[in-house]
Amino acid sequence: MIKEYRTISEIVSPLMMIKGVEGVTYDELAELELPNGEVRHCKVLEVDGDTAVVQLFENAAGINLSRSKVRFLGHPLELAVSADMLGRVFTGMGTPRDGGPEILAEARMDINGLPMNPAARDYPNEFIQTGISTIDGLNTLVRGQKLPIFSGSGLPHAQLAAQIARQAKVLGDEAANFAVVFAAIGITFEEAEFFVQEFNRTGAIDRTVLFTNLADDPAVERIATPRMALTAAEYLAFERDMHVLVILTDITNYAEALREVSAAKKEVPGRRGYPGYLYTDLATMYERAGRRIGKPGSITMIPILTMPEDDKTHPIPDLTGYITEGQIILSRDLYRKGVNPPVDVLPSLSRLKDKGIGKGKTREDHADTMNQLFSAYSRGKEAKELMTILGESALTPTDLQFARFADEFEKRYVSQGPEENRSIEETLTIGWELLKILPTSELKRIRTEYIEKYLPRD
Amino acid sequence: MSGKVVKVSGPLVVATGLADADMSDVVRVGEQKLIGEILTMTGDSASIQVYEETSGLGPGAVVETTGAPLSVELGPGLLENIYDGIQRPLTEIRALTGHTIARGVSVPALNREREWYFTPVVEAGAEITGGVILGEVQETTAILHRIMAPPGLTGTLKEIRSGLFKVTDVIARVETPAGETVPVTMMQKWPVRVSRPYRRKFTPSVPLCSGQRVIDTMFPLAKGGTAAVPGPFGSGKTVVQHQLAKWSDVDIVVYIGCGERGNEMTDVLMEFPELIDPHTGEPLMKRTVLIANTSDMPVAAREASIYTGITIAEYFRDMGYDVAVIADSTSRWAEALREMSGRLEEMPGEEGYPAYLASRLAQFYERAGCVECLGGDGRRGSLTAIGAVSPPGGDTSEPVSQATMRIVKVFWGLDSSLAYARHFPAINWLNSYSLYLDGLRPHFDQTYGRDFFANRDRAMALLQEEAELQEIVKLVGQDSLSAPDRLTLEAAKMLREDFLQQNAFVELDAYSSYEKQAKLLSVILRYYDLCSAAIGKGYDDTLSLFSIGARERIGRAKMVPPEEYEAAYDLILREMELQINDLMKGGEEL
Repeated sequence: MIKEYRTISEIVSPLMMIKGVEGVTYDELAELELPNGEVRHCKVLEVDGDTAVVQLFENAAGINLSRSKVRFLGHPLELAVSADMLGRVFTGMGTPRDGGPEILAEARMDINGLPMNPAARDYPNEFIQTGISTIDGLNTLVRGQKLPIFSGSGLPHAQLAAQIARQAKVLGDEAANFAVVFAAIGITFEEAEFFVQEFNRTGAIDRTVLFTNLADDPAVERIATPRMALTAAEYLAFERDMHVLVILTDITNYAEALREVSAAKKEVPGRRGYPGYLYTDLATMYERAGRRIGKPGSITMIPILTMPEDDKTHPIPDLTGYITEGQIILSRDLYRKGVNPPVDVLPSLSRLKDKGIGKGKTREDHADTMNQLFSAYSRGKEAKELMTILGESALTPTDLQFARFADEFEKRYVSQGPEENRSIEETLTIGWELLKILPTSELKRIRTEYIEKYLPRD
Repeated sequence: MSGKVVKVSGPLVVATGLADADMSDVVRVGEQKLIGEILTMTGDSASIQVYEETSGLGPGAVVETTGAPLSVELGPGLLENIYDGIQRPLTEIRALTGHTIARGVSVPALNREREWYFTPVVEAGAEITGGVILGEVQETTAILHRIMAPPGLTGTLKEIRSGLFKVTDVIARVETPAGETVPVTMMQKWPVRVSRPYRRKFTPSVPLCSGQRVIDTMFPLAKGGTAAVPGPFGSGKTVVQHQLAKWSDVDIVVYIGCGERGNEMTDVLMEFPELIDPHTGEPLMKRTVLIANTSDMPVAAREASIYTGITIAEYFRDMGYDVAVIADSTSRWAEALREMSGRLEEMPGEEGYPAYLASRLAQFYERAGCVECLGGDGRRGSLTAIGAVSPPGGDTSEPVSQATMRIVKVFWGLDSSLAYARHFPAINWLNSYSLYLDGLRPHFDQTYGRDFFANRDRAMALLQEEAELQEIVKLVGQDSLSAPDRLTLEAAKMLREDFLQQNAFVELDAYSSYEKQAKLLSVILRYYDLCSAAIGKGYDDTLSLFSIGARERIGRAKMVPPEEYEAAYDLILREMELQINDLMKGGEEL
């Protein structure tokens, strides 16, 4: 018998205080019934004696203190999961949004998940070919990795994410059981619609689960949305043995919702008003990506975030970078130059690349050429900076070659357009052709035998 | 004696009816018996930090005290193991609860069933004090585990047995002066927040050889010293920490993954058993203890993890071993401290961190050192503490970095601009420092000759000079520099690219012995001297000097295998001399 309470004593959106409760536990889900019969959801943040503080997931408008009823449900927020979720669209709280029937639950899973045992993780080392040179060649993505895209407002991060979702494949495993879980967190209808159309166009929609919390949906609901998506992904990956690509966009909106709740709770703020536990909170989401020993499935995660003022040291990108296994950074300068995707190669990084490349995975010369391209591009950019101050004549002949290399590299390697799907061999070949611009004696990071074998001759 | 929960707020639980419990006692909370620790007491109510997720816990739940502070189990079975922040064995938890960590799991830290062969080294009748070595167990092929009398125990050894025992079996009995007979087992317990006793401390004087050129030659760390590695994300902190854990010439490594990525711990777990320690020829895992409290695991246990790690390290130090504790990252530990402090509604200090942040950090690092162990046999052990710091935005003016820098003696500052240029390890040679240089100098002079230290100083001077010259180059271009200045730039570039850069992922380059480092440095400086002499004699075609064959060979010299490097470097030295002489002759003819 579930008790109903009519003892709401205080509402400061999104928090609500209920007096005289009994048997309420921390993190429990509760339902709030308005006088007109409308039902909203909330969860317990704190119980102190007979007082419970709960957080509303929806708007607080219209709640009447004396006539609204609260029922505590005895379990945390759960998601009904089943393989039928594929091809469906849900709200940020996990209810169908596409007019279709409710999901017949095969299981109900706590959306917070449980921490994965580090001793039960399987190290991600399977190369994913995304068909994008700057990712495959320089910042290789592997199955089970979490690799965010750090973008800015107005940059084509959505196109890049869609291109990855469309082109990603594991070499020699084309028939893989592949699924996409997409969580729209506080983005606009148009942006969400872009992904839906993109998935429709490529036929991927049947293998996609969408959770959408749009910009006009309640902000606090955004705290649940990515967790809904990840719970669905965990089910598909580890119960249904699928390879799941999770795209979360936009994490900045998520962090702002978290800040809103934290401010309402009157917590001591950390940097820029974000709560001190932002790192831990983000980590409990990001760390759900990965592979498990003895399970064929995997969760690969691509969170997208727009950096406020393109500032990488802002708490959201900063803390994300400390948790994820690298980052792909988009650059406004490159985008203005017409380079697309405008991946800023030097600060981008994939931490797991070394485990996913080399003989038997991509090609033996991959690691060496990658390091060489990085350092040559870096030196070329330095030379170009010098050139703008002092003019071309101030550069040594070698530095001029490096400067030319940097230009060509941006034009031919980085820029490729949203439709071009390059195989890893093509990417490596372009790399070698570019390295030919430089004197062989400068190719110090490549083993001599690879130079002999792969450097194109005239 | 049990109390009742009255308030739950995340990992903080308040319970009443705990008048009999002591401050800092470990308690079990609720039906699931979640593990917690008492933080504050007011009357009979206690604030408890719970080390596991408190979801589903509410007022009325039962709280029981265990009557003991948070402790670790010490004895055979620690090595090769992976524990969470409160020393629960993760491999055994996996066997019990699958891929995720369920709550309230209770597994003893040391395997109670496994038997070890104990060989006594003292005989019955001997007088025993705390720390005396009673016997030995070959724990792994690499490490002999010395079983010591627990600190504080004094008396006459009445009985001691040899043979196969479990860790809880009685292996000896000691009669105390009071006439009491105390049974001794191979396992001891020790509270993690109390440092283990030793006889006395010494100033560290022996370098820790890590095989990393920029560390060993430029900014050396002493065994028993403290070091910090701060850096923004992507600057290679974790790779530096892993390299230290892999190649340091210590006997035992305790690696604490504190609030970091799960896959990093998996990487260590998979890689270390395959890697061979260059000093002993045994797999690295045989000397390693892992503490993993990854970022998705409960935050309170993260706070405890660095104490758990350092207490285990102290135990091995007490056996007379050289131990290194590597904590990645102390910033996450500080954040856990901040989160608990916020929930306790304490007055915040800087950036919301509690006012006691600096003193807690100092207490942690002060547990490092070179000591003479208890037991009266004069054996010495050392504990080296290396902590990563993850400053927000890479800005080291924040409280954790600043508090750390006041304590540690070695500072390896990682730099994101070096990392972008793929200069790894991205340790910035201009702002890093080691305060052990003077203390280590006698050792260096004796072992590697006086040249080593002189060369190091010259190399540092060249790099400094380069930084100044670069300013000029930015204004007026390289062409306007004099020939000696151009040579300085070239030599500094060689030092950066051919000496400081080291690729952790290439087998031949990952580890470099002190001898090889010293020789490589002397080759580069010899090249500088020869060119300098040539320029001094009026030869100023620096372009030709910089493109002699030997110059390019120096660029590939670090990849020479350890058994061939001496001959190869000598060859480069001879060639270099010939080629420069040839150039000068050609110059005279013109």
